Amino acid sequence: MTAHLKQNKLDKRNVLDGMQQGIIGKPISRSEGLLKVTGKATYAAEYHLENCLEGVIVTAPFAKGRVTVIDESSVMEMPGVITVISDERMIARAAQGTAGAAPLQKACDVDYWGQPIALVVAESFEEARNAAKHLHIEFEVEDAIFDASEVEVEPQDGATQQGDLAQAMAEAEHSVDISYTTEGHASAAMEPHAAIADWDGETLTVRASLQMLNYNIGELADSMDLDESKVRLISRYVGGGFGSKLGISQEVVAASIAAMQLGRPVRVVMSRQQVFQTIMRRSETTQRLRLAADANGRLTGFGHEALVSNLPGEGFAEPVTQSSEFLYAGENRLLKIDIARIHRMTAGSVRAPGEAVGMPALEAALDELAEKAGIDPVELRLRNIPEEHPATGTPFSSHKLAECLQQGAKAFGWDSGPRKPRNRREGEWWIGTGVASAARVHIVSQARARVTLQADGTALVETDMTDIGTGTYTILGQIAGEMLGLAQEQVKVELGDTRHPRGSGSGGSWGAASVGSAVFVACEAIRAKIASQLGISADMELTLKDSTVSWDEGKKSLSDIIDGKDIAREGHYEPGDITEDYAASGYGAFFVEVAVNRWTGETRMRRMTGAFGFGRVLNEKTARSQCLGGMVWCIGSALTESLLFDPRDGHLVNCDLAEYHVPVNRDIPDLDVIMVEERDPAASPIQAKGIGELGMCGGAGAIANAIYNACGARMHDFPMTPDRVLAAMPDE
Amino acid sequence: MTLTINDKEYELPSDPRVSLLDFIRHDAGLSGTKKGCDHGQCGACTVIVNGERINSCLTLAIMHEDDAVTTIEGLGTPTNPSALQQAFLSHDGYQCGYCTPGQICSATAMLTEIASGLPSDATEDISTSPKLTDEEIRERMSGNLCRCGAYPNIVAAIREVAEAGL
Repeated sequence: MTAHLKQNKLDKRNVLDGMQQGIIGKPISRSEGLLKVTGKATYAAEYHLENCLEGVIVTAPFAKGRVTVIDESSVMEMPGVITVISDERMIARAAQGTAGAAPLQKACDVDYWGQPIALVVAESFEEARNAAKHLHIEFEVEDAIFDASEVEVEPQDGATQQGDLAQAMAEAEHSVDISYTTEGHASAAMEPHAAIADWDGETLTVRASLQMLNYNIGELADSMDLDESKVRLISRYVGGGFGSKLGISQEVVAASIAAMQLGRPVRVVMSRQQVFQTIMRRSETTQRLRLAADANGRLTGFGHEALVSNLPGEGFAEPVTQSSEFLYAGENRLLKIDIARIHRMTAGSVRAPGEAVGMPALEAALDELAEKAGIDPVELRLRNIPEEHPATGTPFSSHKLAECLQQGAKAFGWDSGPRKPRNRREGEWWIGTGVASAARVHIVSQARARVTLQADGTALVETDMTDIGTGTYTILGQIAGEMLGLAQEQVKVELGDTRHPRGSGSGGSWGAASVGSAVFVACEAIRAKIASQLGISADMELTLKDSTVSWDEGKKSLSDIIDGKDIAREGHYEPGDITEDYAASGYGAFFVEVAVNRWTGETRMRRMTGAFGFGRVLNEKTARSQCLGGMVWCIGSALTESLLFDPRDGHLVNCDLAEYHVPVNRDIPDLDVIMVEERDPAASPIQAKGIGELGMCGGAGAIANAIYNACGARMHDFPMTPDRVLAAMPDE
Repeated sequence: MTLTINDKEYELPSDPRVSLLDFIRHDAGLSGTKKGCDHGQCGACTVIVNGERINSCLTLAIMHEDDAVTTIEGLGTPTNPSALQQAFLSHDGYQCGYCTPGQICSATAMLTEIASGLPSDATEDISTSPKLTDEEIRERMSGNLCRCGAYPNIVAAIREVAEAGL
């Protein structure tokens, strides 16, 4: 039986707060944690299937053109080689998030350097790898453009044009007009993309590392021209996603074709280099920020324009201005994004698409405005929090930016006195501080989950939702346990299998609120069933705690009520009018202290405080970890992360973890996380919003502002590497 | 020709190209040890060989005749986790869990390195025994990448175990 809730209204009942089990929100350790710390959690490539073959992908050593010959005979005599796959169904690019259908196929037509073109299958990995290196291919190369500044750009739909920004700039008491650049980023999840495909003649089962099985099943079925009922995807543990595993990637389809053709399971694991070369990049951006303010620092004009890039035919454009739409006031507004079609690998979602690069530029520009206006940068932000969505007039549901700025400033010990660069020096290091706001639009999607109160008094939660390190296993157990009066250990959560009801998938920070609401809806239905079984009216207070049900007139153990018969309900949550009627977002504030070396330009993080309001905290421990992770990403994108392309042939130069610099342990100082209490009635019936991305929306701007405050270098290009800081540093 | 992994003896592979990492994951079936980059850049494959931590992707299995390898499975089990495994759990020293076995193997051997007086870049006075400061932990754990960004929790977990002398 399915219980359905389409959320058309605010949910101010705060049902979870009225429950008695007392586990919701608590810092409970991850329910799958012991498996992870002892090496017993099984990731995509780690299933042992009898007779499994190994496949190694061959990629194009050129950026644009056509593969004319794949000479299978060049490797077929090599030891262990079984076959070479260069099927037209192979996908040329990974699917974009929520595609639900096959991405571009026909891999012999090449659009970027490193595009997969064939799969060599052999008995062992070593044999397949060796043969892949020796596969003879012929190709015709065409000219291609790799730099966004060299092509005509296409404007994206959805621009905001309101009032007259140019006039506002001309009339402003204080204004800034600054251009910024940001380089491309890689998700660089620690687990490389991997798939084991198995065809039993009826069903294609693929164990893969994917974030959104609810869409991925359609993508794979469409790619293989199979009915969805013939496809099963399993992703129980995902070694990090960050957007890179939203859609199916090339190894999933290649393994599937091979397995169906050979009648044996086939494992394909991408090399780290292949992951860098063929999976989604975050686009580089060029941005122009124009901010106009009156004498009090109140914004009268707000302009944010961006140029991003992608391959021809891709619908995704880095949504750089996403938070600029609503974060600050300013009646004269111009927000627009242009896209350039170039031949670098597919651009797609990398953690916090849009905000991750748009907000640092905005927050850095705001710092320059604050300096010009002589207003403390925290105060300037507080003065410009709009009453309602500044473009659409839509009311905000719940809005914690002011509280985040204030609580963060207090915890950090923010000095609101006059700010001047080079005020503090320790040896050869200049010390400075900076602030930035955080905002990440809240999204929910429809989701289904089945909850079964089992005869033995435990509960089972099933959905094809994934846990990519986000804590889904744990929080779904907490929601069900809270609603059904069970301890965390009495709730078993099964995820990552398309045999379960369709969840929301992990992406866009919408997983917890969406699938959590589905579990909540199912549990409400189970509670109603219990009430009816007891013959009491549904609206009577029912207390479920420690496996016991009590009400006004009585008390009974859950197992007595169940009486040997499972109670199963599928919860189906759907966002309704609420998403149009209210502008819901997570908010936050970053405060950082950096040290900048006066001789080398090196920036070292000294401390960082993040204060975030994201609705109900479902688990203090895992939510805090999400915030920490976001802040670490802020530091990486601020200081070191940058995809570098060879301008001659378009190949990614730094395609591994030695040359693409994600933060290491010693790059990260003490990080202080403040979670600002909030119940957002528009966010979801569990009053929760997303937290996976908020923590990295804007923090790099705080670091830029701190670098300026430390040493006087105004940084307009990210990442702020030592050479760039040194070049921007004024003479002493 | 054999080597031992977690006190169990294994025949070395006939194919000389098999890395120690692939041997552990594939031939020995101990998939707790992870492959993150296969180039010694991420530390996910860290195991302990004869008491010292190494990147198992950077060495061939056949080079380890008679060596004693300890992997994450040899440090503890879900029912009997080691002190570090327990501390990583309680401090949430991971998220996706993929780098975690390497982090824990690395931390296990790292504490021994500090105890035996080996200095690091973070050691202020290399003529004296290194103290177990947060900066020492951060420096010595910087060969183990964690893209989820659990570093502060990893440091907290290691610090707790080190201070308790477990």
